[in-house]
Amino acid sequence: LSGSVTMAADREERRFAEVSRDSVKLMAESAGLELGDEVAALLAEDVCYRLREAAQSSAQFMRHAKRKKLTVDDFNKALRWSNVEAICGYGAQDAMLFRSVKEGELFFVEDRDINLIELALATNIPKGCAETMVRGMFTLLSSVVAPCSVPAAVQSLSDDLLKYYQQITRAILGEDPHLMKVALQDLQSNSKIAALLPYFVYVISGVKSVSHDLEQLNRLLHMVKSLVQNPYLYLGSYVRSLVSSVMYCILEPLAASINPLNDHWTLRDYAALLLSHIFWTHGDLVSGLYRQILLSLQKVLSDPVRPLCSHYGAVVGLHALGWKAVERVLFPHLPAYWANLQAVLDDYSVSNAQVKADGHKVYGAILVAVERLLKMKALSLPQPAEGCSSSQPGCLAGPMGYRVSSPGLSPPPEPLAEAGLGIASHLQAGGAGCQWEEWSPVPLPAMYSELYSFFGDSLAVRFSTEQSFGGFSPCTPSHFRETRKEPLGHVSNPDTTRKMPQLTANLNISPRQDGSPRTDPPPPSLAATGSVRSLARSSMQRSRASSSRSGQRSIGLSRDVFPKARFTSPHSGPPTFSFVIGGRQMGRRCQGRRPFQTIFVPTPPPPVVLPRVYTHKLPVIGRVCKPLRRWTRSHYSLHLPL
Amino acid sequence: MAAVQGGMVDAKDELDIKSEPPSDGFGNSNANDGRLLSSSPGAGTGGTATGNNKPAPGPPEEQQTLLAVLQFLKKSKLAESAEILRREAGLPEDALDPKGTDASGSGPGLAAGSGQVDGVDASSLLSRVTVSSSAAAQAPKKAAAGEDQPDVSVVLSAYSQQGDPSLYDAYYSGLKRFIESVLDCHRAELSQLFYPLFVHMYLELVYNNNESVAKAFFEKFSGDQECYYEQDLRILSSLTKKEHMKGNETLLDFRTSKFVLRISRDSYQLLKRHLQERQNNQIWNIIQEHLYIDIFDGMPRSKSQIDAMSGSLAGEARREANKAKVFYGLLKEPEIELPLDDEDEEAENEEGKPKKKKPKKDSMGSKSKKQDPNAPLQTRIPLPELKDSDKLDKIMYMKESTKRIRLGSDNLPSICFYTFLNAYQGLTAVDVTDDSSLIAGGFADSTVRVWSVTPKKLRKVKSAADLNLIDKESDDVLERIMDEKTASELKILYGHSGPVYGISFSPDRNYLLSSSEDGTIRLWSLQTFTCLVGYKGHNYPVWDTQFSPYGYYFVSGGHDRVARLWATDHYQPLRIFAGHLADITCTRFHPNSNYVATGSSDRTIRLWDVLNGNCVRIFTGHKGPIHALAFSPNGKFLASGATDGRVLLWDIGHGLMVGELKGHTDTIYSLRFSRDGEILASGSMDNTVRLWDAMKAFDDLETDDFTAATGHIHLQDNSQELLLGTYMTKSTPVLHLHFTRRNLLLAAGAYNP
Repeated sequence: LSGSVTMAADREERRFAEVSRDSVKLMAESAGLELGDEVAALLAEDVCYRLREAAQSSAQFMRHAKRKKLTVDDFNKALRWSNVEAICGYGAQDAMLFRSVKEGELFFVEDRDINLIELALATNIPKGCAETMVRGMFTLLSSVVAPCSVPAAVQSLSDDLLKYYQQITRAILGEDPHLMKVALQDLQSNSKIAALLPYFVYVISGVKSVSHDLEQLNRLLHMVKSLVQNPYLYLGSYVRSLVSSVMYCILEPLAASINPLNDHWTLRDYAALLLSHIFWTHGDLVSGLYRQILLSLQKVLSDPVRPLCSHYGAVVGLHALGWKAVERVLFPHLPAYWANLQAVLDDYSVSNAQVKADGHKVYGAILVAVERLLKMKALSLPQPAEGCSSSQPGCLAGPMGYRVSSPGLSPPPEPLAEAGLGIASHLQAGGAGCQWEEWSPVPLPAMYSELYSFFGDSLAVRFSTEQSFGGFSPCTPSHFRETRKEPLGHVSNPDTTRKMPQLTANLNISPRQDGSPRTDPPPPSLAATGSVRSLARSSMQRSRASSSRSGQRSIGLSRDVFPKARFTSPHSGPPTFSFVIGGRQMGRRCQGRRPFQTIFVPTPPPPVVLPRVYTHKLPVIGRVCKPLRRWTRSHYSLHLPL
Repeated sequence: MAAVQGGMVDAKDELDIKSEPPSDGFGNSNANDGRLLSSSPGAGTGGTATGNNKPAPGPPEEQQTLLAVLQFLKKSKLAESAEILRREAGLPEDALDPKGTDASGSGPGLAAGSGQVDGVDASSLLSRVTVSSSAAAQAPKKAAAGEDQPDVSVVLSAYSQQGDPSLYDAYYSGLKRFIESVLDCHRAELSQLFYPLFVHMYLELVYNNNESVAKAFFEKFSGDQECYYEQDLRILSSLTKKEHMKGNETLLDFRTSKFVLRISRDSYQLLKRHLQERQNNQIWNIIQEHLYIDIFDGMPRSKSQIDAMSGSLAGEARREANKAKVFYGLLKEPEIELPLDDEDEEAENEEGKPKKKKPKKDSMGSKSKKQDPNAPLQTRIPLPELKDSDKLDKIMYMKESTKRIRLGSDNLPSICFYTFLNAYQGLTAVDVTDDSSLIAGGFADSTVRVWSVTPKKLRKVKSAADLNLIDKESDDVLERIMDEKTASELKILYGHSGPVYGISFSPDRNYLLSSSEDGTIRLWSLQTFTCLVGYKGHNYPVWDTQFSPYGYYFVSGGHDRVARLWATDHYQPLRIFAGHLADITCTRFHPNSNYVATGSSDRTIRLWDVLNGNCVRIFTGHKGPIHALAFSPNGKFLASGATDGRVLLWDIGHGLMVGELKGHTDTIYSLRFSRDGEILASGSMDNTVRLWDAMKAFDDLETDDFTAATGHIHLQDNSQELLLGTYMTKSTPVLHLHFTRRNLLLAAGAYNP
């Protein structure tokens, strides 16, 4: 009986437990009684009622014990007060194990025999549970700085916590990678470290002093990640400090980046990802955070004195914050910035090689960012409700991508008055450094054409859609829109998304002198290759860019993507060899492919510069002195340095 | 009422029953029951009479089928077949005549009944109503003689008055249709009837052994009830047998007190007219017997106004219940000379406390304000005289309060959370001394543990033998009596034999009270750390206890539904406050010690006058058991928190609800006003501490003109504006809150992963 009683107590919710007539008969039998059906039925019903009654009154004991879980103890108390004998032997805190015998449809509580002798003579005597104690801690310090005496327990960290802190920091910053992993894991799940939060934040703010050591920076960022992911921690205003540290890693010309062998790019990518994670999960804790971050990024971007790696950081940061951030900050700055970047990329002097490589990085990052911008904008236009989160799993891997994609999620602009902060030097105070200009969204077609004027076909490559190869029919605006929508259906097919891109190299005997896309007729030989897949490639690349930049593995992945793309049909012969990556063109005016070319010519004729139209320069961007080596290097940060 | 002669009752009842042929089968069995148990004469005779007079038309289901067929025939214009069927089945002439609104065919009995009673005019109906209600009143008296448990049977026997069980459905749905059809302004008011009627009808059905009908009735109409009655409905639904009704407390609660409804005169007239027209005497009976309708003149209330006030077990408070004058003002503080500040500093620096003990009488008496007109007389209840140590403490208090932080919406208090770690045995109660030096926890393992949270350790007084050796003339005799060897941070008090549910420090920090499941309240000395007295009186679990702010008195409340007022030197209670319909879950003293507030599982709060034991206020509006109460420091307001996760604010003087603070998602176990009353802090099972702008909540009110006469409040939904902050703990329910004298907020709870 006891078993069923407890069961009833546990299931007090809503649906009542029923003790069946058969059970009653069975129990009567076991007690040596014979019951008629009628009696059993009546008894069963009564038992049910009494059980419910007892369960209801036991709930009262639970409430007064300030618990949410009804225990056997509560039930026993209820029984006692209604003059019923309590049920013994079920006082354990753990849930009862019910087992069933299939044949008999019988359920019972597992009740193993305990060997008392063994128990008594056992040598592993369990330790008594720890002493009950009271520990005080400030859970928050709001605007009032209490001048009052804080009770002693509050003031000092307990020894345990102190020890924990030392162990954790030592493990994370120490040599043993395994130990670090364990420490990070604990930091992520420990519920009692709130008191240590300021200390950890302080440690993390030490990024500035270890900017020469990529490894340490990386570890500190991991520490940030663990803290941010700890569900028990209330970060409060420490978010600001954490964001500041992360921004340092994204934006600062780290000492480590002086040596080109150091892969600080990955660090920046990771930090950017982290930034967006913090922002999306904890952004609401600090008002005006979004704006401040955007302002700082914008300031870096618009500062030509800053090194390219800083610019790179700004771009990936914006990218990580979502396409709206890109649209808002990067896009308006692009024309101005482009000139600077162009200058870098155009400088072929040996001394500039390193800088130029960096420039390619920035170029790639911008490209990825604007591509997503275009894509998301396109998606958000025709089907704002659907977004792309539901139908394009392959396109935007990672939760961040999803959140960014839904148009409603972008935080509303904050009032300008909100600013002033002391702690976070890397957060831009509102309106201090640079202007937060009025901004109005640019319509998609205009944006596309403007971007196209920068990137030419390399943009289109990633943005292209599934279209029949043959038709070079003039694209009308409606056609244009239509192609925008197509990725939805196309990419949702998991097969296509995973396929390797097929790109071709083409022979192009007469490179165009005039680069303007508007006037350019399609080169005759371009119709050949399967551009179908290019979208797949772009989506894949994007997913990697947004979600898995965390380590070397993704680099490996990108390596085998792109080499394949090159030189699939190495034609030899004519002196000018144009290398085309990309699919068919779907630009506005120019049908056919707008080749992005890498031309291997001994003497490249410097093209004529037309204002506002930069495309003609594109062919020379890839024209590097030692193309192969450069390219390989550039893969470190995933962005195709086109 | 009881003066009505029996003969008339019989006659009338016979008429009643005759008019309801389908009741037969049930009527008979019921009649037997009635004789056995409580014997309502009318039902007995009537039942038999019907059995003899009429051919049994079979169980109601069968008849219902017949009726359905009949209806079908009529609808298909097969008049002859219908006539034949009607005759053969012995159905009355107008069995299908849909009277008024009843066209669903669900209540054949009703149709039949009303058909025959058609001739009776409204006045005779009314007279019948009064008669039958008087019969009901008579019944208990007879029953009481033969029963061992007069209480229960008296209560229950009122249900033996019954009509046809199968009619109940029709009665109820008829009323429902009526209420749904009336004007909007009346509908909300009349809808209040649904719940009490539903419960009483259900109970009548159950009482008369109509289990299946009762179940069907419950199924059909329980969904219509307001969601805040869900808890009660759940209890009700498990009750399907007459035998179960005895000893069911909820039921007794419902029966012993009339459910109070407040309805405007217009709505009431409407209802009355309807019931008379429809001759719905069953419902009228219930209204007469079990409901108390508080009629007021004026505009009918809106739905939200009604919802704000309803939810308690016995409906709203009657208006006159809140009319008594309450002296909510504070008592004049005793005039203690506060040493001037510079002197003060000196005293502290040089000699410590002793010097302050001789206050100069010429010092400022500014503290003695004029007597508050709302304050009770200083001597209204005798209060203990201040001892020297109390005065000392008062001085400390004043000094501290000069350093108090001025809180406000832009200046929130810092919060210090005391976490009870390793409290596997289950922390059930927490209290902190007024000066925040000690914290005590009551545990489910029957222990009380006291911690010192200052560096000052807890010490016992030396044993009697050792005390004899002390030089009693020395200045530091108070120091010398303490036994240094016993100094520790924690003292455990053993004595209870059940979980300790309530705990309270005396204001002078010499005593500690604890109340337990074992039915006792214990007084512990914090000098010797031993138990001094065990107060026995509640024979059931004592859920809460609290010391008066002036010490000496304390109040306790528990499962036996009464609150008791005790004095520490009396082993028996001085007052017993009885009136709640369910367990008293929490008790609080008013700051002037003249009143006691109790919160209960019946979802009401009552304010009791300590002087005469009267209940002077009843506050309804909570939708769950109340687990937290707090008086504002000025004594004017009361805040209450319940399992429904809402905090309600009450104006004590006017007896009105003045605010509702929504935000918590689980039971509120703790409420506390800041020392100056600007901030209200609430702690809950949902692991949050929330801070509310009490100033604003009460200020807004002052600008409103009080509709004190009617008591109809109109609450704005401004919880979000008033909520100043939400602070999460880490898996730690907030059991206690306390503002230090300088307005630092202390919170406490046990870590509960």
